Amino acid sequence: MRVDRVGTVVEAWLRGHTFLVYLFLYLPIIVVVVFSFNGTERRVTNWDGFSLRWYESVLGSKEIQRYLTNSFIVGISTACIATIVGTMAALGSQRLPKWLRLPFDALTYVSVIVPELVIALATLVFFASTIGRDGVITNATGVEIGFGFHTIVSALSLFNISLVLLLVRARLSGMDRTHVEASYDLYGTPWRTFWQITFPQLLPAIVAGFLLSFTFAFDDYLITTFVNGQGTSTIPLFVFGQIKRGVTPATNAVAALMLLITLSVLLAGQLLTRRRGGGQTDTSVAGMIAEQSN
Amino acid sequence: MTSEAPAVKGRPVAEPGKTRSRLLTGALVLPAALWYVILLVMPIVIVLLFSFGGRTRTGGYEPGFSLDNYVAALQRPDPFITSLVLASIGTFLCLLIGLPLAYFIATRATKRKAFLIVLLVIPFWTSFLVRTYAWLLILGVDGLAGFFQDLLGNRTFRILGTEFGVLLGLVYGYLPLMVFPLYVTLERMDRTLVEASKDLGAARWATFRQITLPIALPGLITGSILVFIPMMGEYVIPQILGYGQVFTIGNALFLRFLEARNWPAGAALGVGLILIMLITITLYLWFTNRGRASRDVSVV
Repeated sequence: MRVDRVGTVVEAWLRGHTFLVYLFLYLPIIVVVVFSFNGTERRVTNWDGFSLRWYESVLGSKEIQRYLTNSFIVGISTACIATIVGTMAALGSQRLPKWLRLPFDALTYVSVIVPELVIALATLVFFASTIGRDGVITNATGVEIGFGFHTIVSALSLFNISLVLLLVRARLSGMDRTHVEASYDLYGTPWRTFWQITFPQLLPAIVAGFLLSFTFAFDDYLITTFVNGQGTSTIPLFVFGQIKRGVTPATNAVAALMLLITLSVLLAGQLLTRRRGGGQTDTSVAGMIAEQSN
Repeated sequence: MTSEAPAVKGRPVAEPGKTRSRLLTGALVLPAALWYVILLVMPIVIVLLFSFGGRTRTGGYEPGFSLDNYVAALQRPDPFITSLVLASIGTFLCLLIGLPLAYFIATRATKRKAFLIVLLVIPFWTSFLVRTYAWLLILGVDGLAGFFQDLLGNRTFRILGTEFGVLLGLVYGYLPLMVFPLYVTLERMDRTLVEASKDLGAARWATFRQITLPIALPGLITGSILVFIPMMGEYVIPQILGYGQVFTIGNALFLRFLEARNWPAGAALGVGLILIMLITITLYLWFTNRGRASRDVSVV
């Protein structure tokens, strides 16, 4: 009997613990959203009635519109590059001979695990000493390419290419091969077999990779702040600047907008990949991340 | 894939020539390989070169070979110590909070498993900056700090700008990375082992310690690595929640690079960070290999 009572306490504690952790994870999100509707003109945390005024002022601001546009440019370009290059690499890396596959895989994992700050400073030094003022390429050609969207996007693509690669490869290795073999039995060419059999099966992972890369690049602060150029500041850079200089109620509205954009992209991805997936394995974005992190 | 094509009688095999197959493999892998070489290997090699060089008067890099930057970095080890302490405590806290959570999701949440994992992924992949900023509102004097000021009757009590505030941000930001691998290992656990242990009269704690924990160990080590490494290199959280007063490697690096423009000195710090990462990963591989060996033996 005593054992049972301990059991109930343990069960209740597990339940309570889980609930509190989820509260801990979502509380900040809720706080930002709630305070973005604050009508106050003074301190951010002084509640002064529900109002949409800060959204109006934020959405009407030319400056913020430009930062948002820049973020979308960076997010979409990075996602496109990462998805195409990463998917190709996932398909190709399986066919590599072992002596090439080992270093290739090692680089993939390093690019995922290395702290973002290291990538940020290393790419800054690299770009500055090649295409920056006084850079090697600049001095050789007389043309200064300099910093801009291209430096941001190529630096952000590194991590995201590996992310897509890992997601697609996981899907590839869990794929049902009987369809591919059936296609060959029915005289399907490799090209048609790929587009009609393999590709549709990989699609959930490819979509997930695209959306995750987009949100990663859209939200990135660190790499972007190191390698951005004239007029290519993104919305996270603006928010960080505001935080350092002192936040206003408008900061909350911008922050809530950022949340809204990334959350809707993630939810769309979750629904999309869920529906297409079917089967027993969890093909959703979340499932793939959880699986991948092992 | 083409190599799997079965040879069908009366029809040429779908497998193209070996050269063509190799060309295709090369073409598929080349863009990613270029990215790795140009934007990962080369930049890190250049950072390594810079770290041995000197600084020109204008802030540029002067080729050379000296250990001055490393000596200077070692003479002021405070940021390294701060980061190491924060990342170690942070990793431990993530483990303490993450293990029961992963255990609950893996073994108790029957139908809601997938849902709970989604709920974990969504904030994790949602604007890191915004979520960190949110704590600025929660922990400020208008929030929790103010509450504690009233409670303690101490007007100087604050959370922001202290190690505690930074630690909270670190745990908040990286907790999911600890939970995912733990969840995956616990989910695959053979529940009959737990049942057997209970049938044999083992107490809950003994079962947990002797069955569940050893099974969760690989996930636990993976999770700790995934959490520890980014915590070591974190910049945004100490800057926002620590007001930059909790001085970590991240802050030191950022300062050298973007403000003091002393790239060689910054490069030396960067190499230090890379070294810590490499040591951590080496330890990880060593531990997991050793763990695997001992488990194999114990199973037999």
